Amino acid sequence: MTDHDDITPALRESATYPTEMISHIQSMSRSGRYEIRGWGAKRQVPSFDDLSFITASLSRYPLEGYRERCETKTVLGSRFASKPLELDIPITIAGMSFGSLSAAAKDSLGRAATAVGTSTTTGDGGMTEEERRASKHLVYQCLPSRYGFNPEHLRMADAIEVVVGQGAKPGGGGMLLGQKVSERVAKMRTLPAGVDQRSASRHPDWTGPDDLTIKIGELREATNWEKPIYVKFGATRVFNDVKLAIAAGADVVVVDGMQGGTGATQDVFIEHTGIPTLPAVRLAAEAIREVGMTGKVQLIVSGGIRTGADIAKALALGADAVSLGVASLIALGCNSPYYESDGEQIDVTADYAALGTAPGYCHECQTGACPVGVTTQNPELSKRLDPELGARRMTNYLKALTMELTTLARACGKNDVHHLEPEDLVALTIEASAMAKVPLAGTSWIPGQSF
Amino acid sequence: MSVQTDAPTTLDVRALGVTAVNRALRALPDGAQATLVEVRGAHNLAVGLTNKINITINGNTGYYVAGLCDGPDVTINGSVGWGVGENLMSGVVRVRGNASESTAATAHGGLVIVEGDASSRAAISLKGGNLAVAGNVGHMSAFMAQAGTVLVGGDAGDSLGDSLYEAVVYVGGKIRSLGADARVEELTEADIAKIREMCAAAGFDHINPENVTKVASAKQLYNFDALKNQRY
Ligand SMILES: Cc1cc2nc3c(=O)[nH]c(=O)nc-3n(C[C@H](O)[C@H](O)[C@H](O)COP(=O)(O)O)c2cc1C
Ligand code: SF4
Repeated sequence: MTDHDDITPALRESATYPTEMISHIQSMSRSGRYEIRGWGAKRQVPSFDDLSFITASLSRYPLEGYRERCETKTVLGSRFASKPLELDIPITIAGMSFGSLSAAAKDSLGRAATAVGTSTTTGDGGMTEEERRASKHLVYQCLPSRYGFNPEHLRMADAIEVVVGQGAKPGGGGMLLGQKVSERVAKMRTLPAGVDQRSASRHPDWTGPDDLTIKIGELREATNWEKPIYVKFGATRVFNDVKLAIAAGADVVVVDGMQGGTGATQDVFIEHTGIPTLPAVRLAAEAIREVGMTGKVQLIVSGGIRTGADIAKALALGADAVSLGVASLIALGCNSPYYESDGEQIDVTADYAALGTAPGYCHECQTGACPVGVTTQNPELSKRLDPELGARRMTNYLKALTMELTTLARACGKNDVHHLEPEDLVALTIEASAMAKVPLAGTSWIPGQSF
Repeated sequence: MSVQTDAPTTLDVRALGVTAVNRALRALPDGAQATLVEVRGAHNLAVGLTNKINITINGNTGYYVAGLCDGPDVTINGSVGWGVGENLMSGVVRVRGNASESTAATAHGGLVIVEGDASSRAAISLKGGNLAVAGNVGHMSAFMAQAGTVLVGGDAGDSLGDSLYEAVVYVGGKIRSLGADARVEELTEADIAKIREMCAAAGFDHINPENVTKVASAKQLYNFDALKNQRY
């Protein structure tokens, strides 16, 4: 017997084939199809967490946290629209379709947005009456599928968002699996109930930026030049896309980074397309500056925005506002181990387990079997989200985000959150420094720029 | 001054500009008649209107003429660019010449008539409206068409009816090829009646309703199943 015979060798996971990859390959070998799921990219990418504020000290002075006002008002669409959107905070709710979300979830988000003076957005599948009623400021999406697209709703909207793409799937179309295509959803989309609804990746009546110019013109003519027109796309060739959207006549550009969430998309798309939100904001702001449109065309960014710090950093890098998707679902109870009914907490971990997941790990929105009633069309599951409670939770979240945002802005000496600037930031990693073009902490170095 | 509903209004597109013309059209009372002259290929004429008026456009137009309308009847004495009658909700849009791409795209209701040919992607994502083309249609026509009827007097290009849902296509001439999930079906009495009705509405007398090819969805792509070798 040699010395080392009694040593149990440590289990050695392969970096190329970790257990997650083994299960991925085996699942494809069984089903013959790709994985479709909800949420955004789950892997680590350079993000706003890699930046820090260099707040006031001797060389700058801060504002009094509790006494001096810090403005959060945000105007979107002042370039051409005769009725720009005037929001009380720079935090908006992103487009999520009724169909992917339950009516209760849509209702909660609408009420909360109204309570704090911000906007919500429709989604693939059109506008519901409840949503219009609940939302003071409602942005109406014009998507490639045009499901439920109705000129009357266009006139009822407060702004129009032409969706070219999303961060979760730039260059890809939409998907709503049959289990979520209920009678009502099917009717709104003029489809047979229960079909796996695919939506196109290109608009049916225009291609390319020159056509987009005419399309925007049509939407303006049809709404008497009143409403702000946004153009939304997934972050890929951001610098050029922003310039083209502005040339096409957009009032507002919406850039959705690769972390951006979805209701149902191929995992390969979610994880392997686009650029992170961090460089996307900086590139978009540079493009706006280069064409002399700073302050005239507004920039909304989304994709992984969770905290007041994320928002403050996005604003400092040049965004005028942000949009929330997944974070708003979490505020409503997504990934919580229980839902609440009459003040009681009802445990649903078994329902997560039935989906092969657990609270904290769920991304199963595509199944329509959301354990907490947020992304479902099942009437029984929908009841698990009380719209009143949902609205309260979301209102609290939006208020807390605003407090976090203004706290950081005041500490940087700003009496308006829109005065935050790149000079307020440093990067904690070389990657973030290169992407955000702010110096690496403790140096004056930005990779790619001369000293 | 009271508005005379029977006195036709003439609007000069070149002199007024598109926005002023559209505003003037929007202000007309139901039953009014308007004629647009000096059109010169302008885009976005007569879009988003809801009043029940009659509009005659003398000349060729650009993109989206009569798009997003829910009320007027529009006749274009000329040819049109992309997306004539796009997302139409109701009313009749008649093109006396040819139409470019995406004719009647996503139309929910109403009838678009093209007396000449229509280019590719005619009736793309149709959602309940009707399209009648006297001549030929280009490739990918009726792509993802969800509901409504398409009548083609002449020939259809490649990939007709790709990924069709519940819309039905009738073709008087030849079909170059069918798209994924599209198939030819037997004509029923109801089909023949529908074709007759559309011919009458469009004023077509060159189509024999009993001698057209019906194309509808094979419904094999309604639910995604990779193990069935579906052609996506
Ligand atoms: C459930 C769900 C449904 C969505 N539906 C749409 C949609 O219909 N149209 C759209 O443009 N984006 C849609 N998105 C993307 C969001 O508008 C937004 O771009 C994204 O969620 C932002 O990233 P975040 O989720 O990390 O905040 C959806 C996102 C989610 C989570
Ligand atoms: S809890 Fe519901 S909303 Fe959250 S990821 Fe799971 S299915 Fe989607």
